[in-house]
Amino acid sequence: MADWKMICTLEDIPRLGSRVVTSAEGDIAVFRTSSDEVFALRDKCPHKGGPISQGMVHGTQVTCPLHGWKLHLDSGEVVAPDIGCARRYPTRIDGMAVYLEI
Amino acid sequence: MSKPKLVMVGNGMAGVRTLEELLKISPDHYDITVFGAEPHPNYNRILLSPVLAGEMSVQDIILNDHSWYADNGIKLHVGNAVSKIDRVRRKVIAEDGTEESYDRLLLATGSVPFMLPIPGNEMPGVISYRDIKDTDEMIDAAKRYRHAVVIGGGLLGLEAANGLKLRGMDVTVVHAAGWLLERQLDATAGKMLQKSLEDRGLKFLLEKMTEALISGESGRVAAVRFKDGMQIPADLVVMAVGIRPNTALAESAGIYCNRGIVVNDTMQTYDPKVYAVGECVAHRGVAYGLVAPLFEQGKVAANHLANFGIGRYTGSVTSTKLKVTGIDLFSAGDFTGSADTEEIVLNDAGGGVYKKLVIKDNRLVGGVLYGDTADGPWYFQMLRDGQDIHEIRDHLLFGQSHVGDVGHQGHSKAAAMADSAEVCGCNGITKGTIVKAIKEKGLFTLDDIKKHTKASSSCGSCANLCEQILSATIGGAYTPAASNKKAVCPCTDHSHQEVRDTIRKQHLVRIADIMHFMEWKTPDGCDKCRPALNYYLISTWPKEAKDDPRSRYINERAHANIQKDGTYSVVPRMWGGLTTSAELRRIADVAEKYQVPTIKVTGGQRIDLLGIKKEDLIGVWRDLDMPSGHAYGKSIRTVKTCVGMEHCRFGTQLAMSMGIKLEKMLFDMYAPHKVKLAVSGCPRNCAEAGIKDVGVIGVDSGYELYVGGNGGIKTEVAQFFVKVKSDEEVMEYSGAFLQLYREEGFYLERTCHYLERVGLDHAKSKVVEDEDNRKALYSRLLAELKDAKDPWAERVAGVAKQEYEALSV
Ligand code: SRM
Ligand SMILES: Cc1cc2nc3c(=O)[nH]c(=O)nc-3n(C[C@H](O)[C@H](O)[C@H](O)COP(=O)(O)OP(=O)(O)OC[C@H]3O[C@@H](n4cnc5c(N)ncnc54)[C@H](O)[C@@H]3O)c2cc1C
Ligand code: SF4
Ligand code: FES
Repeated sequence: MADWKMICTLEDIPRLGSRVVTSAEGDIAVFRTSSDEVFALRDKCPHKGGPISQGMVHGTQVTCPLHGWKLHLDSGEVVAPDIGCARRYPTRIDGMAVYLEI
Repeated sequence: MSKPKLVMVGNGMAGVRTLEELLKISPDHYDITVFGAEPHPNYNRILLSPVLAGEMSVQDIILNDHSWYADNGIKLHVGNAVSKIDRVRRKVIAEDGTEESYDRLLLATGSVPFMLPIPGNEMPGVISYRDIKDTDEMIDAAKRYRHAVVIGGGLLGLEAANGLKLRGMDVTVVHAAGWLLERQLDATAGKMLQKSLEDRGLKFLLEKMTEALISGESGRVAAVRFKDGMQIPADLVVMAVGIRPNTALAESAGIYCNRGIVVNDTMQTYDPKVYAVGECVAHRGVAYGLVAPLFEQGKVAANHLANFGIGRYTGSVTSTKLKVTGIDLFSAGDFTGSADTEEIVLNDAGGGVYKKLVIKDNRLVGGVLYGDTADGPWYFQMLRDGQDIHEIRDHLLFGQSHVGDVGHQGHSKAAAMADSAEVCGCNGITKGTIVKAIKEKGLFTLDDIKKHTKASSSCGSCANLCEQILSATIGGAYTPAASNKKAVCPCTDHSHQEVRDTIRKQHLVRIADIMHFMEWKTPDGCDKCRPALNYYLISTWPKEAKDDPRSRYINERAHANIQKDGTYSVVPRMWGGLTTSAELRRIADVAEKYQVPTIKVTGGQRIDLLGIKKEDLIGVWRDLDMPSGHAYGKSIRTVKTCVGMEHCRFGTQLAMSMGIKLEKMLFDMYAPHKVKLAVSGCPRNCAEAGIKDVGVIGVDSGYELYVGGNGGIKTEVAQFFVKVKSDEEVMEYSGAFLQLYREEGFYLERTCHYLERVGLDHAKSKVVEDEDNRKALYSRLLAELKDAKDPWAERVAGVAKQEYEALSV
């Protein structure tokens, strides 16, 4: 059963940046956009497994640091012409607290 | 409130491209209605030739299908020409009576083919070559008839003739001049082309004036008669003798026309509510007949239609290619020349190669290539950039591979490559994939190719090759942007130069301010523009603008190189390539303590610890207690040295000590790209100073300085810069040169690319010849680097802690 877990406060994630959350299911990348939306994806690029948490965030996309694939943060889908998808985890912000459903 | 209405007349290449540009920058501005006389959505007219030749089908060349119009809310009337414009009531009236009112009108009516005013020119079987209908008619005629006569031996005529021949007709090309393509080629080359077309079975009648077309019993054309009395059979006559801007509609509405609908630099006609783009337009007295300039016009028109008011169209240089498979012909710019131009010509009739370059004031202004067109895009780029060629003049004609290009860039000849050959080694993209994408998706620029195929989107070394493939596939429709006008990235239309200038002029110190002021199209840019903007800010306002870690690539943010498995590598600095037993001991201890899987001596004279986990980085740095080697940064990397006079029997200068001084001076220096130096103690040059950004070679009387070398993707030999006497002068001259590069270079330009753009003479005039300026540059560099801190030591002390710590659930 998936549970909502508090992982950190909004301040702990830099704007246009990310944090890595280690979990039993593997690393999860939690991103914060310039408009303070928070998204979570499995920290594994569909291309060759690069750590997307280390990429650059712009709009609601992140560019993987290894070979520059771009992923949509809201769906985990890769931007065309590349094909692939990183697993998405629901997030929720309550006051300043950031929750992850896992 | 309802939206203003935009009506477009003419559903062709220029018009629809304008709409695409408009939708990109201002998607919801207008209610758009389009009238097209042809019964098709917008298609790629250029590719009618491959359709006729049987290489593609009509389906393949549709650029925007009906659903594109629907998806963008555009009302489309096809097969319905506009017959009247009522400018007082601001509405258009179509042939079938449909009326649409407008707030803005865009005319894109293209051209009409010119028909020779001779008896019989309206008979069945006499056509022009302009649209799908003409092409269908030719394909149909080829099935039923035998004799085709093409009047006009220009590009269009030859493409038509070639297609009809491939479809089995007996084809004669009639041409008034003494040789084919008389405007592009001189007599010799024209004859070479004729010979190779004759080898494919085409027949030619030159210096022939057509007098009349004779009808047969059915009323269809049956023969062509010439002024000299000669007559030849013809079941199909294709006239390809030129085009005229289609201004009839505009003229009838009283819009000023003179050899085209007259527009200003914002593509506005004399009626401010009416814009015009494409072949129907006369801009500064010129009507263009190729798509590349029309696309530039479209971009400008879209910008003004969207009320952005930026951008002027100032005219274009054009290039074109003959699209007959197997025959290579490329021409660009002013290829005829005039009294004040010079020509360099290579004429190898036996080998089937002809090249002519037209030069004016040490700049290329035009050229024709026949037989070997691989260097076409290269010449064209120089032509557009107005690059000074006097330094390479000797080799110019022999192409790019002769001017110091020994890498794989541009080396393979695109046209000769097999479809299965790999073009982009980084992404594994073949030529076939690229050609297919160009044709099917209607790609016109290198950026399009990057976006749709990924080719050339990584290391970029195949960019040139992709451009060649592009030009070979779509001919003259391809125009590279002038280097200093290329947009930074798709988030903006502004070039690097414009961004740099604006930051300085407007005193902008934050990325958000640049994006706001320069009207960025995306909310926070992308991974291409943000690092560039960040660099421009900190290099223009050193102590004032704050570095933005979020606009730095992970390597520079984490101060270590990310590896394919997500671990990092650590390269501690070893000044001038020197180390000590104590350092080596600490390195060994760290390697054991953190179980470093690989230890390697790098190509930069130091040691690399590879495979370190991110959370261990701080500990590794602490235990190493050595400064960062910046092996990850667009920054000073290494100063390679040889043992020099300190030990070597040939040494004339203390290379190690000179190298260490330089490396200490430049510590933590960020730059447009990475910077590498080397100091050799004598001209035997064991430190390989000849391929460094700054190379220093000791000689008996002092030092020789070389700049702009590069040993990477495309090896570039450094050029001699200056000879100096003392160590202090080495520091001053090389420091000033690097500061100039830091202040003027575009992001990701190595010194060799920077010098290629601005010229070595420019750098010399600022550094070598102008003492005051040199000293000023040098002191700015020193001032900026005065309090340089070691980023590793800072992080060991707690800076940016979050970066290295994971959260957990
Ligand atoms: C470690 C090293 C290879 C080695 O084991 O020897 C190396 C490793 C990398 N090089 Fe290099 N280069 C290394 C010496 C060189 C050299 C030789 C030299 O410096 O004498 C060159 C050619 C000389 C030159 O730069 O002019 C070189 C030309 C490149 C290039 C092409 C640069 C160009 O302008 O053409 C790149 C790509 C880039 O920077 O965009 C590159 C990029 C890279 C990167 C950083 C790729 C990346 O972005 O991840 C590699 C990091 C590997 C890793 O995961 O750690 N590396 N690289 C060398 C480190 C030297 C050092 O001590 O700092
Ligand atoms: C066979 C062929 C090969 C070519 N090869 C090349 C090449 O290799 N490279 C290159 O750069 N260029 C090439 N060209 C030229 C290129 O196709 C044109 O420059 C380009 O299509 C012009 O675009 P446009 O929008 O101005 O005109 P068009 O594409 O002709 O569009 C104008 C449209 O407006 C319609 N129209 C006109 N009047 C009205 C009206 N009153 N109401 C409604 N609709 C109207 C016309 O029917 C037409 O569809 C080639 C052209 C041809 C015919
Ligand atoms: S170290 Fe340099 S040459 Fe070797 S694979 Fe990496 S980038 Fe290529
Ligand atoms: S692993 Fe992400 S782009 Fe290659």
